Amino acid sequence: MEEFKVPPPSKINYLNAEYGLKSWLLTRDHKRIALLYLGSISFFFMIGGIYAMLIRLELLTPHGQLLTSTTYNKVFTQHGIIMVFFFLIPSIPATLGNFLVPLMIGAKDLAFPRINLLSWYIYMLGGIVTIYALLAGGVDTGWTFYVPFSTTFSNSYVVATGLGIFISGFSSILTGLNFIVTIHTMRAPGMTWFRMPLFIWAHYATSLIMILGTPVIAITILLLAFERLAHVGIFDPALGGDPILFQHLFWFYSHPAVYIMVLPGMGVVSELIANFSRKNVFGYKFVAFSSLAIAIFGFLVWGHHLFVASQSVYAGMIFSFLSFAVAIPSAVKVFNWSATLYKGSISYETPMLYGLGFIGLFTIGGMTGLFLAALAVDVHLSDTYFVIAHFHYIMVGGTLLAYLGGLHYWWPKITGRMYPEGWGRFSALVVFIGFNLTFLPQFVLGYMGMPRRYHYYPEEFQVLHVLSTAGASILGVGLLIPAIYLLWSMRYGPIAPANPWHLPGLEWRTQSPPPTENFEQTPVVTWEAYEFAPIDEMEVVGRYGESKAEV
Amino acid sequence: MQSWIPFIPESASTESSKVDALYFYLSGVTVFFTLLIAGVIILFVVRYRRRTPFEVPRPIAGSHTLETLWSVIPFVIAMSIFAWGASLYFHQFRPPNNAVEVYVVAKQWMWKFQHATGQREINELHVPVGQKVKLIMASEDVIHDFFVPAFRVKNDVVPGKYTTLWFEATKPGTYHLFCAEYCGMNHSQMVGSIVVMNPTEFNNWLSGNVNQQSAASSGQQLYQTLGCASCHGNNGEGGRGPALLGVFNSNVQLATGQTIRADEGYLRESILNPQAKIVNGFGPIMPTFQGVVNEEQNVQLIAYIKSLGTQAAGAAGAPGAQGSPKPPVREPTK
Repeated sequence: MEEFKVPPPSKINYLNAEYGLKSWLLTRDHKRIALLYLGSISFFFMIGGIYAMLIRLELLTPHGQLLTSTTYNKVFTQHGIIMVFFFLIPSIPATLGNFLVPLMIGAKDLAFPRINLLSWYIYMLGGIVTIYALLAGGVDTGWTFYVPFSTTFSNSYVVATGLGIFISGFSSILTGLNFIVTIHTMRAPGMTWFRMPLFIWAHYATSLIMILGTPVIAITILLLAFERLAHVGIFDPALGGDPILFQHLFWFYSHPAVYIMVLPGMGVVSELIANFSRKNVFGYKFVAFSSLAIAIFGFLVWGHHLFVASQSVYAGMIFSFLSFAVAIPSAVKVFNWSATLYKGSISYETPMLYGLGFIGLFTIGGMTGLFLAALAVDVHLSDTYFVIAHFHYIMVGGTLLAYLGGLHYWWPKITGRMYPEGWGRFSALVVFIGFNLTFLPQFVLGYMGMPRRYHYYPEEFQVLHVLSTAGASILGVGLLIPAIYLLWSMRYGPIAPANPWHLPGLEWRTQSPPPTENFEQTPVVTWEAYEFAPIDEMEVVGRYGESKAEV
Repeated sequence: MQSWIPFIPESASTESSKVDALYFYLSGVTVFFTLLIAGVIILFVVRYRRRTPFEVPRPIAGSHTLETLWSVIPFVIAMSIFAWGASLYFHQFRPPNNAVEVYVVAKQWMWKFQHATGQREINELHVPVGQKVKLIMASEDVIHDFFVPAFRVKNDVVPGKYTTLWFEATKPGTYHLFCAEYCGMNHSQMVGSIVVMNPTEFNNWLSGNVNQQSAASSGQQLYQTLGCASCHGNNGEGGRGPALLGVFNSNVQLATGQTIRADEGYLRESILNPQAKIVNGFGPIMPTFQGVVNEEQNVQLIAYIKSLGTQAAGAAGAPGAQGSPKPPVREPTK
């Protein structure tokens, strides 16, 4: 059981191995690149969050007193674009995934370290082009860029924004490519496919979508730009084109993109639920394969965005059927997570609170997806606030909560410091309450008929909008608190031990923060995923590094 | 808009209560499963909380029985929702034959209506209770969406084609009409109202004004001024171009050998892009009318062609197959 040994804390780790700006900007260390991503996506999240605040403030009153309609339209468009393409899609894979995929499978780095760095530069280039477009005048098409509004009628920076998204797509493709090759070829001896943590399975499934789906959005944006600049007539009916074709192309990527956003979150939650209840994940293989099933089925349901877009009635029925089918693997995951808790040893640290919150909110998000998959009900609900509420339950209640949970969970490993537990639990609670208060009223608004993307709205909807804005304020505070204490803890937090949560995963069997090469020597894996060795044995072999080894 | 149950919009069409029923079923399923999952989680989290710092529970392998159960049961429930939703949808998207037709032209940022009997309205549509109404919708510019929450109906209005929507109002009142597909700057002001009236009131409203041409007779004038008659004949009997008498909803054989039903969409395409589907036996000689006629005029031309169809059907001894059930000659609202 030699592999259990954690080396005595070394002064040298990936953070202090080299100093200087150049050592960061030219790094090939997946952990440093993860931190570069962490900084950048936090910046974009902040911008997206400011837009969200503007939206909620404007909707306090029905008469649009804060912004002009043109500005309001730009604000919700840019909120969507920044949050989807520059926060949610890279969020977990590019930060936690980048940091942890090699650590969790016992590799020294990703398969292509230079490509990994390149992906960050591409992401930043895409981000800078998009920010340029926003500063130059912004874009008002909605994040969905529907034609012919975006090609012929909008007077905003459609092509520049599209270019930013087009560029950033390549960073997703490169990240996905890197993960797939790494997972195939760089697992440590003994790390068989079914010994991999479910976080890895989720990232594998996500990477498949990134590689197969992202080229389609790239093509779609190119066609959009050709159409806007040269009027080639692909989408314009006056020239023999078809505006609905754009929607098919757009959603062929953008629906699977929802799974790019949520699958990694499911991977994080599998880790949190298992590790904070010290139990192996119930039905490991079912959870692993459900990730793949979601990735594959996810490509077959795009048409459920077109139930009222003059798609044929029969196509609508097929897409509705497939959308119900794709709900099953998600349901299987939820049931398995719940069953994992059974007879566990459950503790309530911040990451677990986020994990449990995820299950609840994802359940609501998933179940309300059934409303939108049900054809006749979707006719009433599509393009209303019900849709807004539904996908925020998936994107915020799901992805963001998983991201925050994962960030807290691996924070000791990433920074070598502990975050303040009390503040962590408090802010998790504030986020949960604020989130629900923001988006529950929006389900109601949606069924009452409040259309999305409305600057002015009938007065009878105001009470619910005010509730929603109140919730958003609470949510904003709940997100600000961790931003402050996490930054604080990087300098002042207590020093983290190698394995603060007493867990068996490979990433906990190296020092915190890890050395540049991750492990002193290549680990040999002899245990199953989530195999919690009996305590006395673990203690004998120095599981708790400092504490026991020094005695 | 009074007297609604909390959180449910006014229900004012034959379809709305059916959609509500499915909505309630879905809500019930959602509440049940959410409470089930939340209850189980809370129970486990409390019951199996960590009692001593280093306890390690016994691993549990998993259970194929459970996995099967919680895949099959949700699947069966999902299929019940699918079947229910699909059958309602199928009904919603099959306009009934005995509906009164209203032409809708959407443009940034207004709704224009023309009743078959000629009345024109902007951002306000008057309809009687108990009458099936079919909307034939076209867009002058971008994609719009005709959404009446009280009727639980919605459909996109897509440039380049006709889309349809039908409803039968059940309760007099004034209901919101929203544009539900983002269409640019004043999208949120592209709103209007549907005024549902008792049949007698509606007839009064219809006969309130007297000098409005019906859509078909406007179309007939256009037919003459645009010079359609020179090829299609003075009364649509044909010539260098195919005959239009009775062409609506008939099967037309194309030069490619294909047969196509001459619905509104085909007639519209044949005016705007005549080369696309040429009738067998005729040359590609018709010029495009793209940019010459707008969507409203198009609708009138098609109404005229449809009226020719009615005459032909009448002459052939099939009275009442189609046609406008309302008296002619009316007037717009203010």
